[in-house]
Amino acid sequence: MMRFAVIRFPGSNCDEDCVHALRSFDGVAAELVWHKTSDLAGFDAVVLPGGFSYGDYLRCGAIARFSPVMQAVRRHAEAGKIVVGICNGFQILCESRLLPGALVRNRDLRFVCQDTLVRVESLRSPFTRVSSTGCSLKIPVAHGEGCYFADPDTLRELRRHDQILLRYVNAEGALDAAANPNGSLDHIAGICNRNRNVFGLMPHPERACEARLGSTDGRVIFESILSHA
Amino acid sequence: MVRAMKVNVIVMPKPAVLDPQGVAAAEAMRHLGFNDAKSVRVGRCIEIETDGHDEEKLREICSELLSNPVIEDYRIEVSGEH
Repeated sequence: MMRFAVIRFPGSNCDEDCVHALRSFDGVAAELVWHKTSDLAGFDAVVLPGGFSYGDYLRCGAIARFSPVMQAVRRHAEAGKIVVGICNGFQILCESRLLPGALVRNRDLRFVCQDTLVRVESLRSPFTRVSSTGCSLKIPVAHGEGCYFADPDTLRELRRHDQILLRYVNAEGALDAAANPNGSLDHIAGICNRNRNVFGLMPHPERACEARLGSTDGRVIFESILSHA
Repeated sequence: MVRAMKVNVIVMPKPAVLDPQGVAAAEAMRHLGFNDAKSVRVGRCIEIETDGHDEEKLREICSELLSNPVIEDYRIEVSGEH
């Protein structure tokens, strides 16, 4: 049994969806954990869900970063255990410096809420290992600040260490500015840390886990994590 | 001695960061007949009223919370000291 903690911050709104999606997998126990918790012992994996923690005040994720639970998330990550940040969770991981770079206002200033295609760029991670390289996944995004930014040195490091796991692509599986929903640098949709145990992505795989929601392509992310355990 | 003062922390996007708000504001300014702007950047200002402050602590707060050094620069302006 793999135990997942889904952290609930004030303003999280994809927390229940994450628990719902996780519980559809065999061998998973998932529970909501309030952000005041400072102990994550007993959990194998932590999910920081989407939403608008603290109303996105100052910057998205800037205040959630100082929630008591984030110290525990840091220790969990430093112990090599699995951490996944989805959308606002990705923003929180960047603000916490658990992932490099930052997420800024979308190129077109609009909130984008649509299906995207993301290409799996590397299988060398606990989050993509049972997918196939170059495979396009249909997973929705819903964000106003999802434009990934990093300075040139950081981008070079991300590429050199194979940390870019997902990129936005068009229907042909090619990189294309029109298929990049937010103007992200290098079409980046998801990255992992150097140790490959912390993953942040803007698309919502928990919203693509059952056919009646339009796609089951998000399942491969969770299946990868489970197969890694 | 307590000295009332106002500390303004001005946070601006780094030059290398795309600032779509600035671009949109510049476009609207042109529509309104202001054609002289070479560049428009949008940041934010945090006004703090305080009775004195620890400079080092303030800088820490600026770089840890009020700004994100990955994408933003900040400057501190102290006024209203009396």
